[in-house]
Amino acid sequence: MGYNAFQILKQGLTGNKGWRPVWRDPEPKSEYDVIIIGGGGHGLATAYYLAKNHGIKNIAVLERGYIGGGNVGRNTTIVRANYFLPGNSEFYSHSLKLWESMEQELNFNTMHSGRGLINLFHSDGQRDAFARRGNMMRNQGDDAILLDREGVRRHLPYLDFENHRFPVYGGLYHPRGGTARHDAVAWGYARGADQLGVDIIQQCEVTDIDVKDGAVQGVQTSRGTIRAKRVGIVVAGRSSQVAAMAGLEVPIESHILQAFVSEGLKPTVDHVVSFGMGHFYLSQSDKGGLVFGGDLDFYASYAQRGNLPMMEHVMEAGMSLVPALGKAKVLRSWGGIMDMTPDGSFIIDRTEVDGLYMDCGWCYGGFKAVPASGWCMAHLMAEDKPHEVAERHTFDRFRTGHDLMDEEGTGSQHNLH
Amino acid sequence: MRIKCPICGDRDRREFYYLGASDYLNRPAEGDLDAIHKYLHIRENPAGVTKDLWHHEAGCSSWLLLERNVTTHEILSVELASEVAK
Repeated sequence: MGYNAFQILKQGLTGNKGWRPVWRDPEPKSEYDVIIIGGGGHGLATAYYLAKNHGIKNIAVLERGYIGGGNVGRNTTIVRANYFLPGNSEFYSHSLKLWESMEQELNFNTMHSGRGLINLFHSDGQRDAFARRGNMMRNQGDDAILLDREGVRRHLPYLDFENHRFPVYGGLYHPRGGTARHDAVAWGYARGADQLGVDIIQQCEVTDIDVKDGAVQGVQTSRGTIRAKRVGIVVAGRSSQVAAMAGLEVPIESHILQAFVSEGLKPTVDHVVSFGMGHFYLSQSDKGGLVFGGDLDFYASYAQRGNLPMMEHVMEAGMSLVPALGKAKVLRSWGGIMDMTPDGSFIIDRTEVDGLYMDCGWCYGGFKAVPASGWCMAHLMAEDKPHEVAERHTFDRFRTGHDLMDEEGTGSQHNLH
Repeated sequence: MRIKCPICGDRDRREFYYLGASDYLNRPAEGDLDAIHKYLHIRENPAGVTKDLWHHEAGCSSWLLLERNVTTHEILSVELASEVAK
């Protein structure tokens, strides 16, 4: 069903009884050209672009749970292209362009809002680093404006400008950064892929990957054997378990990242604000809830719920930046499983098994990458060669030490990002 | 989460620094690049019981080897890494 003003009027006048499920619920076939394991944002986008850009129609997306139930529905919805290093810079730049055309592309309201993102800085050294980052962003063709203290005050009058420990020196303003409705992104890509003939099979857990003579043959699932010569593993926090089914070992450690949302408030926070010194960031959803979060819990975990010390730390950081936050009640908190790589950057690459590809290692930044990740993974699987904006994102960079992309400059080792 | 340090007793998680998987106890010989790559980067990363190294930074400064369940946060055993490495 197409979405347009006429449909809204017609359905509104007829009790909204005419809306139908927007993707099918097919039985799995015995064979596909391509299987994507994982029906999250990245997996659905991969399937969509395989069908749309590369003309492959016989595709299945296998999802253990339900569409929108994993990290794509658990993140804090931020979309940005403020990366510094070659490799990341062009990739996220490509991704932001895809975000800006996504609603037209999918004919689905993903509520993408380029409301602007401001990274605060609190010392001369940090100002230099952000000025340099802003120049890199502009060189890449994206937007960045260095704000001084008064410039920040005009945008964000509610910050505590009297904070003596971390005085606000200024901020790097990225006007095209913003947010999007995360579930709608999953639903939009699912609907788009389904319309192009992709079978989205929910409640279908992959239990084994069949490999013969070094080439992938298909998968075993809770709903039977499915054959395919090309299989993509796009399972974020569960990458290690699914890769192990094909005998592969990956450079990933799974950690928990928490997020929080307050009760609904009147419009207060217009931008996305990040406070790096306190490991805190904040935005406001269209429902009015303040959405905020901080750093990882910093130990390996698959619990999908966080620990109290980090919760306390996030609240303290939030209060020190925006004292008015103390008037709001926290409504909910939750955690997502982050597939952390040693250098903090992702992997879209072939594996040692022919026909088996992986898209993983998104750390705590996978949401903003959804469209470009799908675009590049689809390119890799269709052409068997990497897309130019993701070609540095290999498994081999850890072995060789070449082309490591350590944005934070803390070192290429687990637990440093 | 509380961790029972063999020296200090039951302590708050905030006193401890997490290093990572117990792979760090088996340092490979210098020059063996494949083994060093595996040691530094490749992780089993199980969704269940794992062993990892923690430093009692704000306590006795011991290195500890924890056996714990990463899906429930249950801690099954705590040993001094120096004892394990002997």
